[in-house]
Amino acid sequence: MADTAADPSAIDLSALESELLNDVAKAMDLGALDAVRVSALGKKGRISELMAKLGAMPADQRKAFGQAVNNVKAAVSEALDQKKATLEVAALAARLANEHSDITLPVRVGPEAQGRIHPVSQVLDECIEIFADMGFKVAEGPDIESDDYNFTKLNIPAEHPARQEHDTFYLKTKPGSNAAPLVLRTHTSPVQIRTMLGQKPPIRIIAPGRVYRCDSDQTHTPMFHQIEGLVIDETTHMGHLKWVLEEMCKAFFEVDTVTMRFRASHFPFTEPSMEIDIDKGALGKPGEWLEIGGCGMVHPNVLRNCGLDPETYQGFAFGMGLDRMAMLKYGIPDLRPFFAGDLKWLRHYGFSILDQPTLGGGLSS
Amino acid sequence: MKFTLSWLKDHLKTKATVDEIATKLSAIGLEVEGVEDPGKALGAFTVARVVEAKQHPNADRLRVTQVEIGKGQPPVEVVCGAPNCREGMLAVFAPLGTFIPGSGITLEKKPVRGIVSNGMLCSLSELKLTGDGDGIIDVPVEHSDRIGQRYIDVLGLSDPVFEVKLTPNRPDCTGVRGIARDLAAAGLGTLKHEPRITGVEGAKDCPIEIKLAFDKDSADACPVFAGRYVKGVQNGPSPDWLQNRLKAIGLRPINALVDVTNYISFDLGRPLHVYDADKIKGAVVARLGRANEKFVGLDGKEHVIDESMCVIADQSGPLGLGGIMGGEASGSTDSTTNVLIESAWFDPLRTASTGRKAGLVTDARYRFERGVDPQTVMPGLDLATQMILKLCGGTPSKSRVAGGVPDKARSIGFDFARVEKLTGVKLPEGEIKAIFEALGFTITGKGSKLSVGVPSWRPDIHGAADLVEEVIRIAGLDRVTATPLPRLHGVTGPVLTERQKRTRRARRTLAARGMVEAVTWSFLPRHQAEAFGGGSEELELANPISTDLASMRPSLLPGLLAAVERNRNRGMADVALFELGQAYRGDTESDQFIAAAGVRAGTARTTGIGRNWDGKADLANEFDAKADALAVIAALGLDPAKAQITRDCPAWFHPGRSGTLRLGPKAVLALFGELHPDALKALDVAAPVVAFEIFLEALPPEKKKSRARPQLAAADLLPLKRDFAFVLDRKVAAGEVVKAASGADKALIQSVSVFDVFDGGALAAEGKKSVAIEVTLQPVSATLTDKEIEAISAKIVADVKKATGGEIRG
Repeated sequence: MADTAADPSAIDLSALESELLNDVAKAMDLGALDAVRVSALGKKGRISELMAKLGAMPADQRKAFGQAVNNVKAAVSEALDQKKATLEVAALAARLANEHSDITLPVRVGPEAQGRIHPVSQVLDECIEIFADMGFKVAEGPDIESDDYNFTKLNIPAEHPARQEHDTFYLKTKPGSNAAPLVLRTHTSPVQIRTMLGQKPPIRIIAPGRVYRCDSDQTHTPMFHQIEGLVIDETTHMGHLKWVLEEMCKAFFEVDTVTMRFRASHFPFTEPSMEIDIDKGALGKPGEWLEIGGCGMVHPNVLRNCGLDPETYQGFAFGMGLDRMAMLKYGIPDLRPFFAGDLKWLRHYGFSILDQPTLGGGLSS
Repeated sequence: MKFTLSWLKDHLKTKATVDEIATKLSAIGLEVEGVEDPGKALGAFTVARVVEAKQHPNADRLRVTQVEIGKGQPPVEVVCGAPNCREGMLAVFAPLGTFIPGSGITLEKKPVRGIVSNGMLCSLSELKLTGDGDGIIDVPVEHSDRIGQRYIDVLGLSDPVFEVKLTPNRPDCTGVRGIARDLAAAGLGTLKHEPRITGVEGAKDCPIEIKLAFDKDSADACPVFAGRYVKGVQNGPSPDWLQNRLKAIGLRPINALVDVTNYISFDLGRPLHVYDADKIKGAVVARLGRANEKFVGLDGKEHVIDESMCVIADQSGPLGLGGIMGGEASGSTDSTTNVLIESAWFDPLRTASTGRKAGLVTDARYRFERGVDPQTVMPGLDLATQMILKLCGGTPSKSRVAGGVPDKARSIGFDFARVEKLTGVKLPEGEIKAIFEALGFTITGKGSKLSVGVPSWRPDIHGAADLVEEVIRIAGLDRVTATPLPRLHGVTGPVLTERQKRTRRARRTLAARGMVEAVTWSFLPRHQAEAFGGGSEELELANPISTDLASMRPSLLPGLLAAVERNRNRGMADVALFELGQAYRGDTESDQFIAAAGVRAGTARTTGIGRNWDGKADLANEFDAKADALAVIAALGLDPAKAQITRDCPAWFHPGRSGTLRLGPKAVLALFGELHPDALKALDVAAPVVAFEIFLEALPPEKKKSRARPQLAAADLLPLKRDFAFVLDRKVAAGEVVKAASGADKALIQSVSVFDVFDGGALAAEGKKSVAIEVTLQPVSATLTDKEIEAISAKIVADVKKATGGEIRG
């Protein structure tokens, strides 16, 4: 084809087209196809070279020949594109056919699924939600308490028989000291005293925390948790107390109704004093009464001991066992494992971090 | 406090059932702990006569009997194997279908060696009764007119027994009469009148002198002591009715004289004592104890007396502890013929204190420490005299009284409106009045200016609130209606303190890192406290439940470590536990602090626990603990980069693999690292375990800040990264390299991270290591030129060298 260089118009364009299309068809992979493209349309490709020579042709031939070369170029380009698309599909299919993982292999569940919140913490968070809605703030006090706050200011004088019921842990007295030994608080009630000494009414608080009794058997542990409630103003009476406890139980046990009864009782720091029973209907066992705590109107002596005039101020206090509430609500049979740190128990009875109790979203999920 | 139904009915006229009585008692504050009704378990067993007893044709040891089970009824055939079964005897019969408590079997109709037995003749053990005799019960012949009647009625054991858990404020209910009074007031019957006691005051003076020997300060120990002498009594077992009552409430009958005092103690809540008068030398004196005095009590044990105790003594020394226990030497026995009856009043506080010191819990102490009705001194003495005369005969003397009954009478100003103010229940004045009167209170005055007189048996009533309690518990607490507490705010605001919020956030942060929350004891063995910086004397319990729970914890770590070891012993070696709670530096309020502590053992890392095909199962290390501590600090709002890291950890941490996170020299935020093998050994915990402890209150207080976030400073210019590797002395901390590099250009250098640390190969021999860092530059206003980048790089290299001696690696 030496003559074509001299006279491009002498070239057989249709043979060129067939030859190039044939080359396209024969290309088996993207590399080979690219070589075909370069041989035809690259800088020195056969079609490109023809195009380059157009300028040197006489004007009368240029137009027709140019048209013809362009047709060849268009046909070859289209064939290249189509072939490229086909080869790409095939190449992807071949790659995917090779890429294979054993998707039955186990994966790690992630830390958020392993972690657990202790039932006592969870139930406390639930109680805080409920009482927050009724306007109760959360108050606290130390575990190591003075005899005065744990007993005397709560109207439990020394040698009073009520003290014997408390099974108190005492701290060692300092040598030479005449002061009454410090105690591990036997109830959360000293927080009532701290609150009333620290602020003026109206008061609405709950006081959760650890308490201690020197008692240990099947159903008692030397340390457990209580939650205390205190309302002091000028008008709050036993009807309000009953309402607060009923509302609290409904919300806590997540039921529409709770049947509650008061039984007369005695606590030195309240007068009148009552035990609180609920019908186990809230737990799916109607007809049986269950004691859940003690309550009463704050004793005038306690108010006086905190500098409040009982002729002006009145209110109620109540106390319940947090661990016991967790046991009741979540069907936990025994108290002692609460403090054993047993992973199996904690994973079973504990809560996920995502179980954030809220009133809007539900206390438990 | 126990009593029987028939005993109650001595004082209360009522038709109420056992269940009604029990329910009412609990409702009005006399909590019923249990009701034992023998009629329920043994009601089917009846008295029967063995009319005929023949040898069983197929068994040598069995007899076939014909048993008369009731008048006009045909005899039933019963097979019996007891050797004492004989014709004509009275026995106890159980018909078919009866549950036999002793054997746990219900009788069925089935043949015994070919002959059907239509019931059973029973032994004491089959009825779960105690007593003498083998074989079947041999009912005494005098009961032959009671064939067909319930055997428990014949025994006098059919009385239901109530057990009431008395609250300490109700001494009046330590006697059956007080309980009856409450029930009557609550509408369950009528309180019977107490019969007047006559014919007990003798003609002659009491031959034994009674004296009170107290000084002014202690005169209240025993303000009154009354006695009466009874001559010529014949002591011996008390009659069946009395023995049965005492037995029913769990008391052991002793002899008639003692049984009488026990009976009155439970009947009226009035403890008494009977002395064998012939064993008293000289006058009987109530006085305070003297040093080194001792006496042998009715419990047969020797008790030491001190100067604070009230004793009853004669010339020879203490006879007993007043209001608590009499002495063995002066007690009455079957041979006692002359007695002195004591009815006195002892001070509650002194009685409680004495009883506690002597370690004596008695029925008398139980009553006196609660406050016995002082007005029962004379009636109690008279009733005891009357019963003794009736049961033992004898001639009474005149009573002799030393001192006088203390006047505890008081009245309380009251307003009917008070009831509604405290309870929310509006009760008619007539009803309130009726309740007071039924309980023995007296009312004078009108309207809002009432005066309510308190009966002598209610030492617990002192103020208006006490009176309201009496009214509402008797009127019925079910009349209190739930009343909504007014809302303080439309929408409730936050209620937690900053510390409470921190506790909550720290808890959920640690759980989100795969850790499991534990709650462990606040107390631990002293040697463990000592191993973790505690164990001071002031944090020791005086009366621990065991030496394992004797010291208040200085740290949460020992409790968690003990839990780690327990879990390992149960086959759980990969443990990540944390706790949020209080620990103690001393015994004052400010010494108590809140910590978030955690331990990781085995492969319990944040990335996952245990072996997995996708990577190595490395043991948790000090960097896991560091990450936990920093995660909590970040969750609590402090930029972790602001925390300095120093190497000065306390002794229970590994000296080379632990650190302290602090803000300045004093504020320690957290400790982290591997625990010291010695500390673990002290707790019997196998190494290694890594741990952290974060002190939530050490973080700076939350700053009040606007809710709106600062504007986002997002640069459009691309950041660029440059790597540098430095060779430095092995002891130089990587943190120093990072710090120096970060400081080379604070405006442009956005972050510096360490991506490689190598201290092996040739470097090891030279005591060197290589630390490779990646520096991210963030252009602010214009793209950096090559020249500028070179300048910054050179400064980084120079600054790092200056700070650490590190040479850039070629």
